[in-house]
Amino acid sequence: MTHAMYVAAAYGIAGVALAGLLLWILVDGRNRKRELARLEADGVRRRSSGAARS
Amino acid sequence: MPMSDTTTTNSKPGWFSALANPTRFIGLADRIIPVLAVLTAITLVVGLYLGFTAPEDYQQGSTVQIMYIHVPFAWLSMMCWGVMSLAALGTLVWRHPLADVSLKAAAPIGLVFTGLALATGSIWGKPMWGTWWVWDARLTSVFVLFLMYLGIIALTRAIDDTSRAAKAAAIITLVGAINLPIIKFSVDWWNTLHQPAAVFRLDGPTIDPSMLWPLLIMAVGFTLLFFTLHLTAIRTEIWRRRVQAMQRIAARRADGRTGGRSEGHVR
Repeated sequence: MTHAMYVAAAYGIAGVALAGLLLWILVDGRNRKRELARLEADGVRRRSSGAARS
Repeated sequence: MPMSDTTTTNSKPGWFSALANPTRFIGLADRIIPVLAVLTAITLVVGLYLGFTAPEDYQQGSTVQIMYIHVPFAWLSMMCWGVMSLAALGTLVWRHPLADVSLKAAAPIGLVFTGLALATGSIWGKPMWGTWWVWDARLTSVFVLFLMYLGIIALTRAIDDTSRAAKAAAIITLVGAINLPIIKFSVDWWNTLHQPAAVFRLDGPTIDPSMLWPLLIMAVGFTLLFFTLHLTAIRTEIWRRRVQAMQRIAARRADGRTGGRSEGHVR
């Protein structure tokens, strides 16, 4: 293997791992936001904003 | 009742306790995250450009380019545990309501950065050292850090009782912080194959400015990326806990329709 291939492998792995992390964090956030909106649409109310901590 | 423990310790609401209000925090995060994301993208693009136009190292050749990501990943793997340790203090000492949220949200990000520090280091090691891996003190202590992230992730997701999980995770995080100085000074205390510090040393950096600049800019870029991801994950975790709280209220309300009145002050 040439040096360029090692460099490409390192940047490739970093790119894939970081893209995966970013995607996971974004999808998780979007799903939770949707759940929250659905519960609020169903008329469920929290007692206060402090109730977020159970 | 639920917030009494925080209001008694902080009589004047400063910025720190203002952040204790999750709604206010989300409002702040909504405004900060896009700005941080743009700054991250700009900094990383500039850093990548400078990195790939910088001259090659006379010994490492083009593999020095791996250093522009390996070194920031390694720094961030330690900084993330430092952030989690501060959050652990926030849980145990100040009982800050968002401290545990911050700790839990940071762990997967720290795991990825630590894994990438190990992976990119390994890929650099093969052409430069002639081996993918050695069990020297630096590599081993970072591998231990990787396992500690896995442990915290498992712990924070295995216990349903949020406050008990918070306390356990905080204590283990603080105990694990002992590993940070061990990682930092492992290259001085033991005879390691890994090279000693080249940037943060008392007599100044030993790297040529043509390589130091891309390295520092990439480090700033990945630090910005960390905080962008961390803030986003904290916001998501607040939403997750709200969803759980609301589902409990909804379940109690459903109970109340069939049985007696239970909505209200059942906590």
